[in-house]
Amino acid sequence: MKDTLILAIESSCDETAASVVKNGRTILSNVISSQIELHKLYGGVVPEIASRKHIEKVNQVIEEALKDADVTLDDLDAIGVTYGPGLVGALLVGVAEAKAIAYAKKLPLVGVHHIEGHVSANYIEHPDLEPPFLCLIVSGGHTHLVIVKDYGEFEILGRTRDDAAGEAFDKVARAIGLGYPGGPKIDKLSKEGNSEAIVFPRAKIGDCPYDFSFSGVKSAVLNYINQAQMKGEEVNRADLAASFQKAVVDVLVEHTMLAAKDYSMDKIAIAGGVASNGTLRAAMEKACAQNGYKFYRPSPIFCTDNAAMIGVAAYYEYMKGTRHGWDLNAVPNLKLGER
Amino acid sequence: MKILGLDSSGIVASVAIVEDDVLIAEYTVNYKKTHSQTLLPMLDEIAKMTELDLNSIDAIAVAAGPGSFTGLRIGSATAKGLGLALKKPLIAIPTVEGLAYNLYDIPGLICPIMDARRKQVYTGIYRFTDHQLKVVEDQMAVSMETVIEKLNQYGEAVTFLGDGVPVFHEFIAEKMTVPYSFAPAHVNKQRAAAVAALGEIYYRQGKTETAMEHVPDYLRVSQAERERAEREAAKADANS
Repeated sequence: MKDTLILAIESSCDETAASVVKNGRTILSNVISSQIELHKLYGGVVPEIASRKHIEKVNQVIEEALKDADVTLDDLDAIGVTYGPGLVGALLVGVAEAKAIAYAKKLPLVGVHHIEGHVSANYIEHPDLEPPFLCLIVSGGHTHLVIVKDYGEFEILGRTRDDAAGEAFDKVARAIGLGYPGGPKIDKLSKEGNSEAIVFPRAKIGDCPYDFSFSGVKSAVLNYINQAQMKGEEVNRADLAASFQKAVVDVLVEHTMLAAKDYSMDKIAIAGGVASNGTLRAAMEKACAQNGYKFYRPSPIFCTDNAAMIGVAAYYEYMKGTRHGWDLNAVPNLKLGER
Repeated sequence: MKILGLDSSGIVASVAIVEDDVLIAEYTVNYKKTHSQTLLPMLDEIAKMTELDLNSIDAIAVAAGPGSFTGLRIGSATAKGLGLALKKPLIAIPTVEGLAYNLYDIPGLICPIMDARRKQVYTGIYRFTDHQLKVVEDQMAVSMETVIEKLNQYGEAVTFLGDGVPVFHEFIAEKMTVPYSFAPAHVNKQRAAAVAALGEIYYRQGKTETAMEHVPDYLRVSQAERERAEREAAKADANS
């Protein structure tokens, strides 16, 4: 059978990325141009700066991805691109670029949901993984617990009621002076701290046991810091980071295990930027082993925003017949499972 | 020589194909739909209508700023994607110059004005000499007051055009001391035909760039950068 080659483009936040994916599972190239250093100056992603950087880098990243994969545009079967959710100005760069390339080369265009991409990152290194499975998606903008019923088909069991998990990490990191991005910095500092030192609340939501809430634990951390300051006490930042992280991870793991049991799922995956958090990975792995579930997680390079995962998701959409027109627009608040 | 022109710098979306001194097709829409939804379908429409082989074009001319930041990027990303796929060079046409080129060979000064918010306009001052467009004052982001002061000093008749006209109509009437007029509907907004025709001239002058090199010229830094610079300046002041 002839190979199916897809060029994928991702520009939904602060990484400009392109990748060539063969038959949905083999990554021929994975180029990421990160803007993190630029945004550090501002303590978070500045949408206009991100958009400007995308347009500067997008052609270079695409050309590099084609070169690394040793293919030309003439070898491709389709172009995949993230069209939501994300920052609208940032998304539009990738969308306009992808449309123009697909149009000029008379290739099918496949718009991809960014979160569907994150979930699909699990297929890259796990050839045996196929739906159905349970997936916890945790990133700076999203916290979802879903059943992946089939490729591109999701049943959402739980979601965050307020802050995304990654958002809570960023806010706490800022409060203890670690800076942006908060996740990796808290993860690192936590290794030096005692996670039992401070007890922070684990929120439970009565009417939906799979939903999450992280604003409570975030506020508790901020209160703890304020009170310590008023008393003139020194805060042990490592203990605080470790205890906060434990509170978040406990809830993520607990809700995932509950859903797995209730829905009789024996394959558990994690996805999204926070899925590269070492404590979460270890805790989830341990819980899965205790319950006899098979645990899947992407390597950290495929947890962060990248185009390889978009290429994988685009492949399965392409095989299902999904095609987008030349009027494809960026949809900043695109819901999971929507087209 | 065949040039594809694109302009999505303002509210107008416009696409044109110009071959030497013939305008083969132009599609211009002044409607609220986003350029992301209109620009490429418009190109597709005129390409189909005129049986255009995209590979036959020599270069892609794009209104490269100033303008709406997002609009500029949609035009630029479209041009960059086409340039990458077709292996064709790009021609960056300053938006305000492209607007001025609509009024070929008229006497006096030409002053396009685009509403730039924050009480400013994107503007420039141009004239035709020996049938050629000359830049009197290069495109800039300034207050309308500043432009009018300059125009009054030049002391020549002025023709205004651009989406800033309805916004500053009364202000112009009040402050201008030299004769002025407003361009009519068919030539008072961005038109890709003007971008493409001016693109031919730029191309002959060797003013092209690669699709990879091209970026829009916003004429302004982002709000976050501006505010950060202001904070840094205030800090420096406080320390001195």
